Amino acid sequence: MELVTPDIGLIFWMTLSFLIVLAILKKFAWKPILQGLKDREDSIKESLSSAEKAREEMAKLKSDNEKLLAEARLERDKIIKEALATASSLKEEAKEDASKISGKMIEDARNVITSEKQAALAEMKQEVARLSLEIAEKLMRTNLSDDQSQRALVDRFINEVKVN
Amino acid sequence: MQNLPGAHHQFYKCILLIIFTFGLSIDSVNAASDPETKSEELNVGELIFEHVLDAHDWHILTWQGHHISVPLPVILYSPQKGLDIFMSSKFHHGHDSYQGYKLEEGHIVSEDGSEFYDLSITKTVAAIIISIILLCWIFIAAAKSFTTNRGKAPSGIQSVIEPLVIFVRDDIAKPSIGKDYVRYMPFLLTVFFFIWINNMLGLIPIFPGGANVTGNIAITMVLAVFTFVITTINTNKGYWVHIFNTPGVPWWLKFPVPLMPIIEIFGVFSKPFVLMLRLFANITAGHMIILVFVSMIFIFGSMNVWAGYGTSVVSMLFSAALTLLEILVAFLQAYVFTLLSAIYFGMAKVEDHH
Repeated sequence: MELVTPDIGLIFWMTLSFLIVLAILKKFAWKPILQGLKDREDSIKESLSSAEKAREEMAKLKSDNEKLLAEARLERDKIIKEALATASSLKEEAKEDASKISGKMIEDARNVITSEKQAALAEMKQEVARLSLEIAEKLMRTNLSDDQSQRALVDRFINEVKVN
Repeated sequence: MQNLPGAHHQFYKCILLIIFTFGLSIDSVNAASDPETKSEELNVGELIFEHVLDAHDWHILTWQGHHISVPLPVILYSPQKGLDIFMSSKFHHGHDSYQGYKLEEGHIVSEDGSEFYDLSITKTVAAIIISIILLCWIFIAAAKSFTTNRGKAPSGIQSVIEPLVIFVRDDIAKPSIGKDYVRYMPFLLTVFFFIWINNMLGLIPIFPGGANVTGNIAITMVLAVFTFVITTINTNKGYWVHIFNTPGVPWWLKFPVPLMPIIEIFGVFSKPFVLMLRLFANITAGHMIILVFVSMIFIFGSMNVWAGYGTSVVSMLFSAALTLLEILVAFLQAYVFTLLSAIYFGMAKVEDHH
């Protein structure tokens, strides 16, 4: 029975000493310990959040870079395409010009040839006429007294001959 | 780390101071002519109760009829005779009376039967003082490291204390009380470490350990009353509504016979009562079981010397195993007391969710 009978003196000393230890520890131990723990946790939280922020910034920078790169790539493609178009149009133009020039040259050449041919033909006609006359003269020097009427005859013959 | 050896040194000085102020008293008792000592040898029940109960001196051992003990101050107040303060060694273990008082079976009685109050520094009070010195030394040292190590990794004793403080805060206070937990932290931490350190000191068999502080009903009663008072002071309206007009039960349980309020009011007082009994019973039972195993050696030894030797092997193994178990119980009971206190504090602030 003594085991479960609280002793008044013990209750008194226990209450007193517990209050004292509570007061001492509250002021000199629990307050700095809990504050220290809280401070450390806060600083860890802060560091983590700043690390997260840095990470986000890095990601943003990276995406910015990628965007820039993509833009540059696009620009490059555009430039290349434009250059290609310009080149092909230039080529076309040059081709056209060349064909135009060559066409004209051919035309000119043809004209020259035609005129030369005409001239040559005329000259040839004259030469043929002369040669024929000479031949005829040589052949029939004697037969022909009247040179004038003979020549008219030969001219008529030559004209009747179609030269092609 | 570097302040630890100094602190150790201080601690030993402290203990030496206690021993020197009280002084070791060695009493010569003739074992052969003293029938008391003869019967004590065999009365295991008495021996165990002597160890578990409070005493006016701190008995260390009896060597060849000499009681070696630390005497403790006796403080008595009687309305007629006034205040009397003297060392318990004046009683010579109950053989002498002093200033009209004498020691009878560990209790001081007045010879003329007059009324008086015994406010002595008993074995339990001395153990409390030792535990308080230890607590203050450990935690003020830890607090000092917290201030010097601000923003740095913990070191020294701080590394030991920190996880325990975080345990009390994050696993006991926060989930049981909620966001208002901070104001209860000093009490919860003090109760937790007070109970734990006293449980552990109680497991050390020799002075300055071995006192059954947390296995004393007066101590657990004071602790439970603290929990009860703090719970009652910090109640809100919801708590009282819950007691007198319990929501969610049929009206005929409250009127005309207020059955529910009676049960609830009973619960208000049974909670700290159970808190008191649980700690007391667990720690006392632990002490008793270990003492029983140790005493078995002497019971068998008194029958036959060889039986005593044989039993000693088994008994030592059992009591060593039980001491290990008690180390677990020491922590567990401190945890349970603190957790239940925190739960009661949380329950005192009922939120209207019905």
